[in-house]
Amino acid sequence: MTLTVTDLAIARGGVPVLEGLSFALQPGKALILRGPNGIGKTTLLRTLTGLQPPLAGQITGAEDQIAYASHSDGLKPTLTVVENLTFWASVFGTYEIQPALDAYALNDLSDRHAGNLSAGQKRRLGLARMLVTGRPIWMLDEPTVSLDRNAVQMFADAVRTHLGQGGSALIATHIDLGLDGEVLDVGPNKAKPKPIDDFDGGFL
Amino acid sequence: MIALLLRDLKLAFRAGGGFGLGLAFFLIVTVLVPFSVGPQSSLLSTIAPGVLWLGALLACLLSLDRLLALDWEDGSLDLLATAPLPLESVVTIKALAHWLTTGLPLVLAAPFLGVLLNLPVPGFFWLVVSLLIGTPAMSVIGTFGAALTVGLKRGGLLLSLLVLPLYVPTLIFGAEVARRGATGMETQTPLLMLAGITAATIALLPFASAAVLRINLR
Repeated sequence: MTLTVTDLAIARGGVPVLEGLSFALQPGKALILRGPNGIGKTTLLRTLTGLQPPLAGQITGAEDQIAYASHSDGLKPTLTVVENLTFWASVFGTYEIQPALDAYALNDLSDRHAGNLSAGQKRRLGLARMLVTGRPIWMLDEPTVSLDRNAVQMFADAVRTHLGQGGSALIATHIDLGLDGEVLDVGPNKAKPKPIDDFDGGFL
Repeated sequence: MIALLLRDLKLAFRAGGGFGLGLAFFLIVTVLVPFSVGPQSSLLSTIAPGVLWLGALLACLLSLDRLLALDWEDGSLDLLATAPLPLESVVTIKALAHWLTTGLPLVLAAPFLGVLLNLPVPGFFWLVVSLLIGTPAMSVIGTFGAALTVGLKRGGLLLSLLVLPLYVPTLIFGAEVARRGATGMETQTPLLMLAGITAATIALLPFASAAVLRINLR
């Protein structure tokens, strides 16, 4: 399923941040989302995921296809690694968590409470959640934060496997993951300040 | 959906889950009332149904601010909103988990605490029946309040203020059932009103909760 975005405009807290954005995300491809801090990368990912409505433009092919990994991992500190993953697997209607544990080397940690994991281990668990969703399109927001070099490699391998199986990924990141994905720089799409309209003019 | 219910129950019973908070509050209120009101047993048995109902209501209110806030803080509410479950069923399951961990223990504890307040013997049955019918409405209304205030820092104060007026009808008819039951009067009318309020909140409020949650997650 191709995710197609046409002339999209989005807002954060009511303030327009990006406009005139068009791109397509083909199966088997990755897009690397770039742009300075505050440009609206997270807002774009949240809009595509369906957590907030766009100001204008069309998004097609997103319905029930997207798995989203935000800045926070959505883990429960008093549940173990396996319990956390099993929960998300059953919410998404998949039951196989072993490949996800293997991909992020979590087997040795499987009975530890998520609250006792280090920041990098938590992130690995958060990313392992993407594998149990069974969704074809991944939206990843700064996925490599607090990961060491080894874990970044695990993540890149997991994305490559996912792409190889016909999935796709939109990744907001500033580091080079060694993926052969196109770069989508949203810098030029920064929303321009609105001209003062007549209504405001009456007060000035 | 079962997975979400089981997870919420598991979280409530694990360390720091807050199970027992409402129950302990209920116990404290009913133990302290005889000390503050005085030892006249006739006065105590007159006010017992009302005090027990008020205690249960406040105990329920106490645990509401954690109902959705914890899931919002760790990001799992965002992830649940993008999961295949409709948000309406997420909030319904959340309310059910809240009732099982807060409402139901209050219902089961109420007859024992009724003894402390010298509740007349015929009142025990009606107290349990009225709480059993009334507490689900408190969980569902509370979930609506929690959905309205999710994401606000220290939203607990606003939550209490928003939810209290919505609790009033349930309190009036619930306490009335218990009071009439304790004095041997017929209880059908307030019982039907109480059941009607509960049925209506369960049928309608999950849609409202899901709608405000969608807006709050933006």
